[in-house]
Amino acid sequence: MRSEQNAIQNHRIPAEAPWSGIVRKGQTIRIIDSEGQQAVDTIFYSAADFAERYSAQDTLRTQGSAYIGVGTRVVSNEGNVMLTVVADTCGRHDSMAGACSCESNTVRFGHDTRYLHACRDNFLLEVSKHGMSKRDIVPNINFFMNVPIDPSGEMTIIDGLSRPGDHVELVAEMDVLCVISNCPQINNPCNGFNPTPIQVLVWEAGA
Amino acid sequence: MSRTLEQIAADRARYDEHQKKGLEFAPRALPEPSPLPPLPIDADRILHSETIPGGWYWWCSLKKGEALSIGQPHGFATVALVAWSARDPSERLNLPDTVKVQWNTRVQKGRVLFSDMGRVMLSVIEDSTGGAHDVLMGGSTAASNAARYPGTIRNTRDNLVLVAGKLGLSRRDLPLALNLFAPVRVQQDGALWWNPDLLHGNDYVDLRAEMDLMVGVSTCPHPLDPNPVYAPAPVVITRYQAQVAPDDLCRTATAEAVRGFQNNAFAGV
Repeated sequence: MRSEQNAIQNHRIPAEAPWSGIVRKGQTIRIIDSEGQQAVDTIFYSAADFAERYSAQDTLRTQGSAYIGVGTRVVSNEGNVMLTVVADTCGRHDSMAGACSCESNTVRFGHDTRYLHACRDNFLLEVSKHGMSKRDIVPNINFFMNVPIDPSGEMTIIDGLSRPGDHVELVAEMDVLCVISNCPQINNPCNGFNPTPIQVLVWEAGA
Repeated sequence: MSRTLEQIAADRARYDEHQKKGLEFAPRALPEPSPLPPLPIDADRILHSETIPGGWYWWCSLKKGEALSIGQPHGFATVALVAWSARDPSERLNLPDTVKVQWNTRVQKGRVLFSDMGRVMLSVIEDSTGGAHDVLMGGSTAASNAARYPGTIRNTRDNLVLVAGKLGLSRRDLPLALNLFAPVRVQQDGALWWNPDLLHGNDYVDLRAEMDLMVGVSTCPHPLDPNPVYAPAPVVITRYQAQVAPDDLCRTATAEAVRGFQNNAFAGV
């Protein structure tokens, strides 16, 4: 029976902050939206070779569907399965809207929004710790972010569906470096206009 | 950060206003699809024309103000496209930003393609399909080909690794690819499907560079291409000197494009 007590990693990630850590093959990572309606921008890299990393297009193509949910195999740019989504109490996660940046915020919300902290800056700071740079920041998964794509193509970020304590769980199919930006965006509803903390737990296989 | 209810309400109101403009007003400003058959390009504006065999790759330098006319006079083919800033290749095509800031996954005439730095890389100045392109699924891979076709055949993933390599870049530098002439749409339940009714035959797309670029393409069949045979037709790409009218639609159709071009100007690109 899994609990906080038998988790081998337990991280409380403050609002707006980045985090990274290794999840070994067979281990389960749980990402908890502690207070609800909080987007968690996430990129996975192969721990053995950071040039192998999450690929949104390979993941969507492989499953033939536009959203991330239970059963989604998280696929790398080399076509390998990195992790599998095994549990989800929320029901809607995005992989096409990418991460916010100071630069895209100016386009989307006006030049006066440039000087606000953003996910791309979180990613840049965090991947720098692992010897990577801006060229390694690829389009990510947005756990708990609600971005319906209409049959016409219309796409917009709407209120998140996650309630306090909702979580998603993934089993690693290879050793991965997980890089998270706990999204600081306040210009759209992805965080309910109020960024909040999240929690990450990791268990050994069989726990 | 702890935010007051007043701050949250003000930000929500502002978002609702952006969203209304993006979803309701901007699409009405976009033009009809470009005419078929394609109009000839003036000979004195043509810089180069390349016929790329089906299943192959090609790249070129594209200076600001030049355009690529990507056509299929020899039959149907999908064209996967990637782009890097020539000045700093870490600045590259960013499809999530492109579709998110324009509130639509449909890339069509009048829309623009954004880099990861909030700047406009390319303008869609002609598109006979009205937006029959794919941002979601990417191109073929060795595995996706093997599941559909016998034998060893070329795939887009390897083609784009080759493009990157010949530009001194690597697989680390490959952005998500825009698939031109790939009418992928999303159903209500999220399922991805190929809508053949959106294609006309002899379709074309013209993309104008808004900064100095390196552009790479691959001409393999899309993974959802309904043709059971691997038979991509040759693709003709013509590089030509484009024009920009003062009221150029790609620069004025949406508030987001206006701000994107302002970012280009601020950066001196």
